Amino acid sequence: MDHLDQLEAQSVYILREAYREFKSLCMLWSIGKDSTVLLWLARKAFFGHVPIPLVHIDTHFKIPEMIAYRDRIALEWNLNMIYGENREAVENRQTFPDGNTDRITCCRYLKSEALKRTLSGEWPRYRMNHELKRYQHDERNEPYTGVIVGVRADEEGSRSKERYFSPRDSGNSWDVGDQPPEFWNQFKTDFAPGTHVRIHPLLDWTELNIWEYIEREGIPIVSLYLNQGDGSRYRSLGCAPCTNPIESPSQTIAEIIEELRNGSLSGIAERSGRAQDKEDGGLETLRRDGYM
Amino acid sequence: MTTPTIERAVATHSKPQMNIVIVGHVDHGKSTVIGRLLADTGSLPDGKLESVRESCRRNSKPFEYAFLLDALKDEQAQGITIDTARCFFKTAFRDYIIIDAPGHIEFLKNMITGASRAEAALLVIDAHEGIRENSKRHGHMVAMLGVRQVTVLVNKMDLAGYRQADFEALKADYTAYLRQIDVEPVSFIPVSAREGENITTVSAEMPWYTGPTVLEQLDLFSSGGQLQEKPFRLPVQDIYKFTQSGDDRRIVAGTIETGSLSVGEEVLFLPSGKRSVIASVESFNTPARSTASAGEATGFTLSTQIYIRPGELMVRPTDPQPQVGTRIRANIFWVGRTPMSPEKEYKLKLGTAHATVKLAGIVSTLDASDLRYSRTKQQLDNRDVGECILETTRPIAFDLAAENEATGRFVIVDNYEIAGGGIVLENLSGGETLLERHIRERESHWETGNVLTSDRERVNRHRAKFIVITGRPWTGKRALGRELESMLFRNRCSTYYLGMAAIEHGLEADLTKHGNHAEEKLRRIGELARIMTDAGQIFITAVDDADDYDIETLKRLNEPNEILVVNIGKNDFFRTNPDLQLDSVDDFPEAVDLIAHLLISKEIIHDYQI
Repeated sequence: MDHLDQLEAQSVYILREAYREFKSLCMLWSIGKDSTVLLWLARKAFFGHVPIPLVHIDTHFKIPEMIAYRDRIALEWNLNMIYGENREAVENRQTFPDGNTDRITCCRYLKSEALKRTLSGEWPRYRMNHELKRYQHDERNEPYTGVIVGVRADEEGSRSKERYFSPRDSGNSWDVGDQPPEFWNQFKTDFAPGTHVRIHPLLDWTELNIWEYIEREGIPIVSLYLNQGDGSRYRSLGCAPCTNPIESPSQTIAEIIEELRNGSLSGIAERSGRAQDKEDGGLETLRRDGYM
Repeated sequence: MTTPTIERAVATHSKPQMNIVIVGHVDHGKSTVIGRLLADTGSLPDGKLESVRESCRRNSKPFEYAFLLDALKDEQAQGITIDTARCFFKTAFRDYIIIDAPGHIEFLKNMITGASRAEAALLVIDAHEGIRENSKRHGHMVAMLGVRQVTVLVNKMDLAGYRQADFEALKADYTAYLRQIDVEPVSFIPVSAREGENITTVSAEMPWYTGPTVLEQLDLFSSGGQLQEKPFRLPVQDIYKFTQSGDDRRIVAGTIETGSLSVGEEVLFLPSGKRSVIASVESFNTPARSTASAGEATGFTLSTQIYIRPGELMVRPTDPQPQVGTRIRANIFWVGRTPMSPEKEYKLKLGTAHATVKLAGIVSTLDASDLRYSRTKQQLDNRDVGECILETTRPIAFDLAAENEATGRFVIVDNYEIAGGGIVLENLSGGETLLERHIRERESHWETGNVLTSDRERVNRHRAKFIVITGRPWTGKRALGRELESMLFRNRCSTYYLGMAAIEHGLEADLTKHGNHAEEKLRRIGELARIMTDAGQIFITAVDDADDYDIETLKRLNEPNEILVVNIGKNDFFRTNPDLQLDSVDDFPEAVDLIAHLLISKEIIHDYQI
């Protein structure tokens, strides 16, 4: 087994463990490369099926290709696809692009708050109807007690402290200093009422591993990651107003891998194109508050 | 030995990766060792070394390599307490993740988490200060966690004048300690992390040392072990059948811990004892294959449809067999907020098996504060290591840790939290179980009235019996129980049907809604049956999905009185032969008639009329 095989086997084990232990389980799919690899790993774990609902938080400011890609894959792979949103903030224009909040507050409203309320079932969920090929209001509103998330330890500082199975209290907050131990392959799968557990099958993957795996498996990804001839591409995807492409010649996945291997991106943080990280407090503040 | 050459930020496709944990007493120089390794292998981000040196100069403090790690941690930490930091670096041979386990006792849970993912450990001891509390504790823990390769770095040799005698003395002392806990270190390396002696380059100060440098030693650690050659072990993680998506495969899924297995081979599931033959190896987006081996998260279909549950161990019947039992001797490491005590029930997780477990005895404990062994403790306190006797309420399949690590270690869950981990030293099954002892003690104290069961049976004109109706949910067990009760009552029998809902809010009211109380509920039904049959009743109840163990438990608890088992539809039995097997109950009078005939043939009742 090579290193990618080992990473795959560990992630599959974690996904199966989550599926066995959590009766109310979902997987967050941001449409980005990491959570798309996670989705692919679920197909590996469950032999071509994805028996776990996928939840996407629609901020209404996503780059349009992302939403088109989401719905195409959802139909092709027969996914139990759900989205949620902060309808009130969008309708009242309480957003950064509307000029009414700063970036961090905008993330908090459109992502953290929308995610929290979608997971808890307090706010409406919309589920893909595969016959009608469109979303419909979902009657089911049970809270999710297990949430699978595609964070990686190498991605950003606060993520290097995560466990594979990480408990969050009812307020979604994360006690970084006092986390349960993980012995070998035994994880925290018991949880008190009112709490939930975040599950991180990709913790040991690096950005390079992700691209190598995408290439090896032939996983379809959003074309925004590739240079379409204008000399730039996205390295990390988010909302259009706060996400900028990087200068890069890579037009194929093989070229991205080469770019990462030869060190030409080594001085630039992966999320450097994400404007909210640079605001005061940044991602750590957002993450303690329930952001992914 | 070849000196590893350093490749900067270049990863090759399938280069192996190894996790190394670095442990030791606080201030013995772990951070300096890591700082040195990162700096001298060119693994730091551009400009990091210069900026830390510059910052030291501005603050008029001497530069230390440990600051490099602090600077990296600060970046990672962003103002919050860092626990286990991971540092990445590469040699030409492989990629390394160095897990820096905190030396402070408060961070023990993080140290465990780090060490249990490591294949090798570097244990740092200050040559000047010598063996301290965590030098011992960490040595012990690393061994218990299954890290077989330990290299001891005797650090701060510069403060010891690079004297060979000092190094040899410490080596002798520490080797003696490690021998007590069955650890044989791979090597001892005299180093000065501050001066960079023997870290990545051979020390000119210590010509008397001819072994590898730290960097060379890392590449010498072996990876993986001989997992392929060991007996086949697959803890069954789940059974999948995605019928709704039009897929009729019934797949036994799990990760192979050791060995390999091919299509056509016979397999045995333990503890149930069921057997089948491998029909296919299943996977997604790979070429078809007929063999799967250690490390793979895979799936198999079987040639026969047998009912097995997640948590069983799938093995090859011709391999050396794993242990099956309910009583084990184990080394346990406790990190729970509350002590581990014999009064409480815990959940044991071993492989993919879950079982209710009790602490049946403590052989000895290693005290957390003074590291002395005690034979008098009655409980395991936070950070104690103890050799204990554990007893599960149902049999589990496992290996001794010395024979197969992956299937010989477990964790213990207390109140939703993983509170301890351990390794199996011995299978003690065969002796008196906690249940047997309970029944023996109960019977010796049983207080009988003046009216004997036999007196009641004479007056009742029938014998007492405990009738258990079992099967899958929604098969009509309860309705059948009530019909049987009515019929017996009409025939003037002394009988009682116990509905589960009747005791849920009464006899079981003290069992909280959360948590698994299945064992205790079963015990209470068994105790009730003992009383009711003693009172001469034909006592009827229905139990969902009873397995061999459930029936055995009820039978034992009801002793010296007798049990009769009626099963409807499919069952999980492997050993139990139900007294009556009904495929389904469509016609209640007919089913009641069958049971009544059975009762007559067993001379429980004499005759009856429907």
